[in-house]
Amino acid sequence: MSQELLFAVEEVASVAREGFITNFMWLVPLLPFLSFFVILFFGKKLPGKGHSIGLFAVAAAFVISLIGFIDLASGAETVEKSFTWFQFGDGGESLKLELGMNYDFLAALMFVVVTFISLLVQIYSTSYMHDDSRYTWFYAVLSLFTCSMLFLVIANNLIQMIVGWEGVGVCSYFLIGHFWEEKPNSSAAMKAFLTTRVGDTGFMFGIFALFFAGRTFNITELNHAAETASISEGWLTAGALLLFCGAVGKSAQFPLHVWLPDAMAGPTPVSALIHAATMVVAGIYLVARMFIVFEHAGIALDVVAIVASITMLIAAVLALVQDDIKKVLAYSTVSQLGYMMAALGVGAYTAGIFHLFTHAMFKALLFLGSGSLIHAVHSNNMSDMGGLRKYMPHTFKTFIIGSLALAGIFPLAGFWSKDEILGGALRAGLDGGRFVGWVVFITGMIVAFLTAFYMTRACVKTFWGEYRGHGQPHESDGAMVTPLWVLAILSCTVGFLGIPVIGVFADWIFVPGEEHYGFSTFYNLVLPAVSVGLALSAIWLGWQMYAKDRFKVDILSSPFAWVYRFVENKYYLDDIYLRGVVKPIQYPIARASNWFNQKVIDGIVNGAAAGSVKQGRWVYKYLDQKGIDGVINGSAGLTGSTGGLLRYIQSGNVQRYAAVLFVSIAVFVALFAIV
Amino acid sequence: MDWLNDWGLSIATFLPAIGAVALLLIPSAKEKLMNTAALVITGVTLLVGILLCFEFDYGNAGALQFELNKEWIPQIGANYHIGVDGMAFPLFVLSLLVSFLCIIYMRWHVPEPGKPKAFLALVLLLETGMTGTFIALDLMLFFIFWEIVLVPMYFMIGIWGGPNRQYASVKFFLYTLFGSIFMLLGFLALRLNTGTFDIVQMVDGGVSGSSMFKNLVFAGLALGFAIKVPMWPFHTWLPDAHTEAPTVGSVLLAAIMLKMGTYGFVRIAYPILPDAARDFAPVIGILAVIAIIYGALCCLAQTDLKRLIAFSSVGHMGFVMLGLATLNDKGINGAIFGMVAHGLITGMLFFLAGSIHERYHTREISELGGMLAQIPRFGSLFTYAAIASLGLPGLAGFWGEMLSLLGSYEPGAGLSPALFRVLMVGGGIGTVLTAGYLLWTIQRVNLGKVPANFEGKPIFDVQPLEWIAWTPLLVLILVAGLFPKLILHVTDGAVQGLVGVLGG
Repeated sequence: MSQELLFAVEEVASVAREGFITNFMWLVPLLPFLSFFVILFFGKKLPGKGHSIGLFAVAAAFVISLIGFIDLASGAETVEKSFTWFQFGDGGESLKLELGMNYDFLAALMFVVVTFISLLVQIYSTSYMHDDSRYTWFYAVLSLFTCSMLFLVIANNLIQMIVGWEGVGVCSYFLIGHFWEEKPNSSAAMKAFLTTRVGDTGFMFGIFALFFAGRTFNITELNHAAETASISEGWLTAGALLLFCGAVGKSAQFPLHVWLPDAMAGPTPVSALIHAATMVVAGIYLVARMFIVFEHAGIALDVVAIVASITMLIAAVLALVQDDIKKVLAYSTVSQLGYMMAALGVGAYTAGIFHLFTHAMFKALLFLGSGSLIHAVHSNNMSDMGGLRKYMPHTFKTFIIGSLALAGIFPLAGFWSKDEILGGALRAGLDGGRFVGWVVFITGMIVAFLTAFYMTRACVKTFWGEYRGHGQPHESDGAMVTPLWVLAILSCTVGFLGIPVIGVFADWIFVPGEEHYGFSTFYNLVLPAVSVGLALSAIWLGWQMYAKDRFKVDILSSPFAWVYRFVENKYYLDDIYLRGVVKPIQYPIARASNWFNQKVIDGIVNGAAAGSVKQGRWVYKYLDQKGIDGVINGSAGLTGSTGGLLRYIQSGNVQRYAAVLFVSIAVFVALFAIV
Repeated sequence: MDWLNDWGLSIATFLPAIGAVALLLIPSAKEKLMNTAALVITGVTLLVGILLCFEFDYGNAGALQFELNKEWIPQIGANYHIGVDGMAFPLFVLSLLVSFLCIIYMRWHVPEPGKPKAFLALVLLLETGMTGTFIALDLMLFFIFWEIVLVPMYFMIGIWGGPNRQYASVKFFLYTLFGSIFMLLGFLALRLNTGTFDIVQMVDGGVSGSSMFKNLVFAGLALGFAIKVPMWPFHTWLPDAHTEAPTVGSVLLAAIMLKMGTYGFVRIAYPILPDAARDFAPVIGILAVIAIIYGALCCLAQTDLKRLIAFSSVGHMGFVMLGLATLNDKGINGAIFGMVAHGLITGMLFFLAGSIHERYHTREISELGGMLAQIPRFGSLFTYAAIASLGLPGLAGFWGEMLSLLGSYEPGAGLSPALFRVLMVGGGIGTVLTAGYLLWTIQRVNLGKVPANFEGKPIFDVQPLEWIAWTPLLVLILVAGLFPKLILHVTDGAVQGLVGVLGG
């Protein structure tokens, strides 16, 4: 009897569990969507000037996301459901576009990350943005951003994805330009939007290529078609590389990474949420979502790995020379995004997503920590900081934890994920015989060293030495410090999810239908020892150079001064884009077009008549000039009040028009007669 | 409601014209009464349109509905044959809506030199012409409505326009007339060939004759339509007309009148002369992409806000024409969606440009600035409309562009995919340039600090009447962006039929 009861309870529970994802997950993007409108229209009159609605919506979304994730982890089926957004032809035979959800572990993980970081950032912002004149609007856009990002993640097809994709883009535009009174900020916002849009154009064409090759926008079906080779390798390659253009723009990969450092013009909480933890990983997410397509797409993954390697290296070098603490973190983000992308490039799928996950924690922590610093000293520049460990103990401790996690020091989160990537690269090189495996491995090792070095430099400049700024810095309040500690604890712990062999992460995130390696089958102790050794030596070197003032080289008077200048000028990429592309189009080419329009095309319109009159005068003579004039004058006469018009018409210009008109018609009639 | 099925379209079309006559009976001094009368007339007209929305059989959107065929001028064989299918219906409803909103807007403001009676009457007459164009199924009838539109717009620009109104109005009138005479020649050639003016019969019966003949007729029709669209390089009347026209004139011109040209292609030129359409499609596509890029480049060089928006129309209509040129269902559906979206968005932008002029008494971009700081609600609307115009997904502007480009990837009716993919890439570059000039405009007009000469001036934010006139457009831009099916569901049936005729 009791056994039966237990059985019945279990059955009820399983029914509820089965239903949960289907019945409730769509609420997750919907809640912030609704909260956007509520805040926008009623926010100023609501408690907390709108932030309470935003917080409530995202908190609820987080709880649902978490339950959904636990549900999956305890064995619930993944869900793909959709309805038709619109379709062409009978039953959508020509084109069928769905609006749907594809809720698997990857989406579930992203849901948790996005809603969680968004929640923390919104809590943090209640204090950080407190005095902002557009506080309500700020919360509205945060809601819209969260909604768009979740919409992108849940998408079961590529068109739906690009809708969310552009949605996060425009929110990013609004938030980067939040302080739009100053022109550099609005310019940075424009730069971000336009640079990513260049990539998005490729993304769109990639979607088209795959659509016509596979006759579907659906992600699962496209991956399946790639697996079963029902799309030829050539089209897969074209499609994948074009999709990758979008990822290059959004995830700030070389050569479109230039917008992300400028995006730091936005409020710091925004940098933490959008430009570190969530939106910028959309490109990684895209490649991961379409991973089977990429795998079967010839050289596509090699291209991904090479581009990512270039990205992580050049960005890490740039992080070395920044004074603005947010710029250090921005270049660090670019570099780490390169890490994730490189992981996918070498086939270390699980490792790449794992790094996305851990990076979201410690990079959000670092950005929020930098916000706390900036809040205290009213400057972004490390040259205005120094000695802050005495004034801001919580910020100091959490920032150091974040830095160590980023540097990949055992046993913090970054250590586990970074080593998995290096391991995956090595495996691709050794076992897979892929050249790019070696490229990623070696670059990754160098970048591991550089990362530890630039973070040491930043920490020393910020927290040690004497305070160089103005006024008396003070520790931030609880609304800001609490998220820091939450993230700091997570930066210490989330790595354990992915401990080789015993960690559960690899059971969640893996390429469906493939043997999942990286965590359980490939590992040894030498690799982590070497990478941690590199990181520790970088920390030691950084400490010596910046805290103890040793090993200083005056690079500017050395023969390598040009290298420094080259780096300092960001490899001149901005100059090439701005002076080579943007300005020429914006001014000379645009003006030439306008000149051509006014003088040539319109000139022909206005002038052809005059020419025709001369050449066609003999034709004209035979037409009843007075008749035509009479008609036109008559119609103009109707205006009555505008005598000027009449005078104008009599001035002869119209007669020229009329001449052209009739000459042309005569030609046309003649043609008809001939045919 | 049988009367609605039979006479609904006619009522919606002619009620404004009758109203225009009625307006003339109201003494000139009673300006408010006049506006109220016009409001009631366009309101009732719109109501009829909305009732028709409920009567329309969406499951059968490919067929002509509310059809009526009466003898009209038996001497020349012209009939009063009207009806709408899925391609015409959205444009028909849009015309009724925008006209109504224009009248509301005019309650707030009648441009110099006043004379609201004449102005309102012209708007009403214009409404009849525009709506009629979208329901006519007889070439003669179509031509009459087409030409009716010219006259009110000519006077609107010529009397209520800006400083250079005389040049602009005459150029508008003669240029369009120039085109429509070729169109008329085409119509006559078709009449002689098929023995009827009836569009439906022509489509069913087909046109006989050499391909040279068909191409020549197509060229004549296309020239007339292309000037109206306007397609590059026949577009130069547009910036002048728009810049000089009063606000309401610009709105109607952009939102509805330009679509008469593109509608002409899908209603007349394409189905009657499908072979010629296949021959001409590459040329149309090339010109369309030139328009997209060229329009965007010219936008970058504009100093006058209204002229900039006018040039943006050249680019946006380029996307519509590119969609039409693909000759497949994706492109043509996208084109019709694009027409409606452009009507909503650019109509809104011209309203805003007009209201900017009322507030700042200038439209020079270099003199404006900081609108978002000074009049935040108005500035937000400007940002919203501009971002919709750049084709942001989730708003109306996206689907038309996306589907046009998608259609170009694999054009129908045996057109060269290679050529059209090049065109698609051109269009893609156009989307980046479009985003560029619109964001730059936002930056210059909306953002930054308030310029010294407007600092502390009583510049007022959005007025109640403006809210009333604009809210429908603002809402529809979002709704069409989120639920594109609302329009595509209507158009697709008819588009499939057209694509079948085209051999796609």
